Amino acid sequence: MNALVKDPILWTDVGAVTDVPLRGSRRVPTADGDIAIFRTGDGKVFALRDRCPHKGGPLSQGIVHGHAVTCPLHNWSIELATGEPMGADRGKGCAPVVPLEVRDGRLLLGRI
Amino acid sequence: MPKEKLVVIGNGMAGCRAVQEVLKRDPGRYEITIFGAEPRVNYDRIMLSPVLAGEKSFADIVINDEAWYRDNGIVLHAGCKVEAVDRAARVVRVEDGHEVHYDRLILATGSDPIRLPLPGADLAGVVTFRDLDDVEAMIAAAKPGAKAVVIGGGLLGIEAAYGLSKRGMSATVVHLLDVLMERQLDASAGFLLTEALAGKGVATELEAQSEEIVGKDGRVAGLKLKDGRTLPCDLLVMAVGIRPASGLAKAAGLEVNRGVIVDDTLRTSDPAIYAIGECVEHRGQCYGLVAPIWEMCRTLGEALTDGQGTYEGSSLSTRLKVSGVDVFSAGKHLGGAGCEDIVFRDAGRGVYKRIVLEDGKVAGAVLFGDAADGGWYFDLMKSGEDVAGFRETLVFGQAATEGLRGLDPSAAVAAMADTAEVCGCNGVCKGEITSAIADQGLTTLESVRAVTKASASCGTCTPLVEKLLKLSLGDAFQAQIGPKPVCGCTHRGHDEVRRRIVDEELKSIPAAMQALEWTTPDGCSSCRPALNYYLVCAWPGDYRDDKQSRFVNERVHANIQKDGTYSVVPRMWGGVTSSDELRAIADVVDKFDIPTVKVTGGQRIDLLGVKKDDLPAVWADLNKAGMVSGHAYAKGLRTVKTCVGTDWCRFGTQDSTGLGVRLEKFMWGSWSPAKVKLAVSGCPRNCAEATCKDIGVICVDSGYEIHVGGAAGLHIKGTEILTKVATEDEAVWTICAVMQFYRENAWYLERIYKWMDRIGLDAIKAQVEDPEARRALYDRFSYSQRFFRVDPWAERVAGRDAHEFNPLSRRMEFEPA
Repeated sequence: MNALVKDPILWTDVGAVTDVPLRGSRRVPTADGDIAIFRTGDGKVFALRDRCPHKGGPLSQGIVHGHAVTCPLHNWSIELATGEPMGADRGKGCAPVVPLEVRDGRLLLGRI
Repeated sequence: MPKEKLVVIGNGMAGCRAVQEVLKRDPGRYEITIFGAEPRVNYDRIMLSPVLAGEKSFADIVINDEAWYRDNGIVLHAGCKVEAVDRAARVVRVEDGHEVHYDRLILATGSDPIRLPLPGADLAGVVTFRDLDDVEAMIAAAKPGAKAVVIGGGLLGIEAAYGLSKRGMSATVVHLLDVLMERQLDASAGFLLTEALAGKGVATELEAQSEEIVGKDGRVAGLKLKDGRTLPCDLLVMAVGIRPASGLAKAAGLEVNRGVIVDDTLRTSDPAIYAIGECVEHRGQCYGLVAPIWEMCRTLGEALTDGQGTYEGSSLSTRLKVSGVDVFSAGKHLGGAGCEDIVFRDAGRGVYKRIVLEDGKVAGAVLFGDAADGGWYFDLMKSGEDVAGFRETLVFGQAATEGLRGLDPSAAVAAMADTAEVCGCNGVCKGEITSAIADQGLTTLESVRAVTKASASCGTCTPLVEKLLKLSLGDAFQAQIGPKPVCGCTHRGHDEVRRRIVDEELKSIPAAMQALEWTTPDGCSSCRPALNYYLVCAWPGDYRDDKQSRFVNERVHANIQKDGTYSVVPRMWGGVTSSDELRAIADVVDKFDIPTVKVTGGQRIDLLGVKKDDLPAVWADLNKAGMVSGHAYAKGLRTVKTCVGTDWCRFGTQDSTGLGVRLEKFMWGSWSPAKVKLAVSGCPRNCAEATCKDIGVICVDSGYEIHVGGAAGLHIKGTEILTKVATEDEAVWTICAVMQFYRENAWYLERIYKWMDRIGLDAIKAQVEDPEARRALYDRFSYSQRFFRVDPWAERVAGRDAHEFNPLSRRMEFEPA
């Protein structure tokens, strides 16, 4: 998966890949806040903490385009693979990437 | 004297181009018959990859439509296979025994895809990639999430895998060698290509030898490799190469080696028979690319019209048609003894360029990541120009090199001969383009495409066509570039997009992005909502709203707040409510612990701080009390504010409350480019503040003044008076007509006042003062409202897209993430 995160030690099955709409997102609540799982137009899936680095907006509610999501609060575009803001806002924080694996069409979220 | 009979076997790129070359030189000379094995008109086979990828449609890649055959008196037998050529009798015999006489015959039978003789090769779901039927078979199999394996990492295999991946499949290319496209690329470019494909979702298995195709219930289930692994798949594409289709020629006793042997005038061993394209072998060489075929067709056109000209073989260049992966290769791309290399890399941009020099001349080139100068290197290679004088800048491309040499970049275009080919796909020469520009007064790229087809297929020559426009029109072309684009995903403006959605009957976002040549795969958060609205407006009842292209507020029918909670505003018709409604609201507030209740400027009540999961239940309770969504979140009709009018007010001149309620009950649910707020005031004292609304009504003794173009937000602007009408019915008709004209004409997110500034009040007046135009607008609005006067809350309460409000899983709810 992503080079930014360590190998998770615990995987949790949170549903089928197809439960997430194409060009859409679903959220998974945790004790530390929501995780957003995105599925892009080309069928790839990504997981980020559901908090925009700008003002904490719920990224899961944004419009998914290419491999990015636009936050519904102030239109920051976040790159799904890294959680980093794109364009002029690059470098201003990031939405942490959550380990995600697909096995047999199931989505597995990892805990570090 | 009867015309000579010219028969062509093969309705593909070569056969039809040969006919075009003959017609161009001597249009009346032959009576022409074409046989094609495929049941369709002539199309651009090299553009099948974009069709597979969903980036183009079949209509886009047709080269000659039925009208072309008709206009040129050509008899086309499509879907008709030629069985034999009887050279002694000079006839071709087709499947049903029917015979056609020829004086001259052209064989343009093309090639057949090679099918590996692997065990299981006859299973269902094993296909090749040659014609439209193959593409349709692949598209039919390309269910999102299904797996595809493509055997063959050449040009065609990679394009097939990319296309299938774009169709939602997970695709893997299995290649025998350690470098993809090894006939065109060196190891460095091959590596970059492998990486780039991985980024596009196409996996690669290099040095992988296929052993057996594994089946299940008669269908392909996987590909077993020599190393013991099995790659599971639902579709297997063999793209391992082509073989000249020379069987017919062989059976007719013509000289055949790998392909049909031809001389430098494309004549076979029978002087009445010619052969061109992929079925031929010329000077020991067989070709599978389009450029040599075009060159052969030119020579054949000469030969068949008593002209001079010989074909002496072709230099080859290749471009990969994978969006966003620029690859170009030509000549001696691997270098070799006596060759020198100039290499340029830019890791950040993923660019790799290698120019191979031999004796101070360009002998080959491999370009990856930035292939814009491919044509220039290829020209230098073919012309054999000595490049020693500008060797230092050569690798930086044409603009840098010629800029430093003090050359005017347009000089090269000006110096091109009129007969020089600009568009390889459609065979359009410079002269045809410049005379079309001059004779027909063309000023845009689009019009040149429409008239000449230049740059209308793969688009590689677009910069050259633009340079020709600039050369012909001078500064006029610059000024012409046109309106501001919708967003960075396109160079087209809103007006063009709206017009073409209607004219070309584009009824989905992918169809619109395709036809309008969007430059991103699925747009962005600016253009998707705009396209969605334009489609909603153009095709009420037909278009299926794409909720993933709606901003969250419109997707969940509530307004997102800064903490991620939502606000809910039920409709209060004309700002009138009742004790039952207020009681229901109070109960909802208590039941769901809603923190803030606020009266809005639009005469209704806003419930703030509702959790997303609670929305359907909140709506259900409000629905039960007879309330529906107030669309406070919509680019659409918001509120109709009223004063109490003749019901109560001692100054009231008309029933302003009644008119406001009537308008709101008729117009609610309608979508528009931006929000629309209405107000009706019962007298010129204007208590409903109608003169700062998008559309306002001021009632007077003698009727109704209709105002438009007000705003009281970011900008403050008083309305302008549009017209005055005598009756309430006319007021409703007029307001709905203005609304519909705005809906059909304005740009997405353009409020009425801005739209009015742009098109002028008179343009709106012209529509509503002409009774027929007003009626037509009103009718279209009424028709659209049949589909949109629906409460979205009730639909959600009934369970539509319930997943929107439910978390995917609660299994981690109490765990730290």
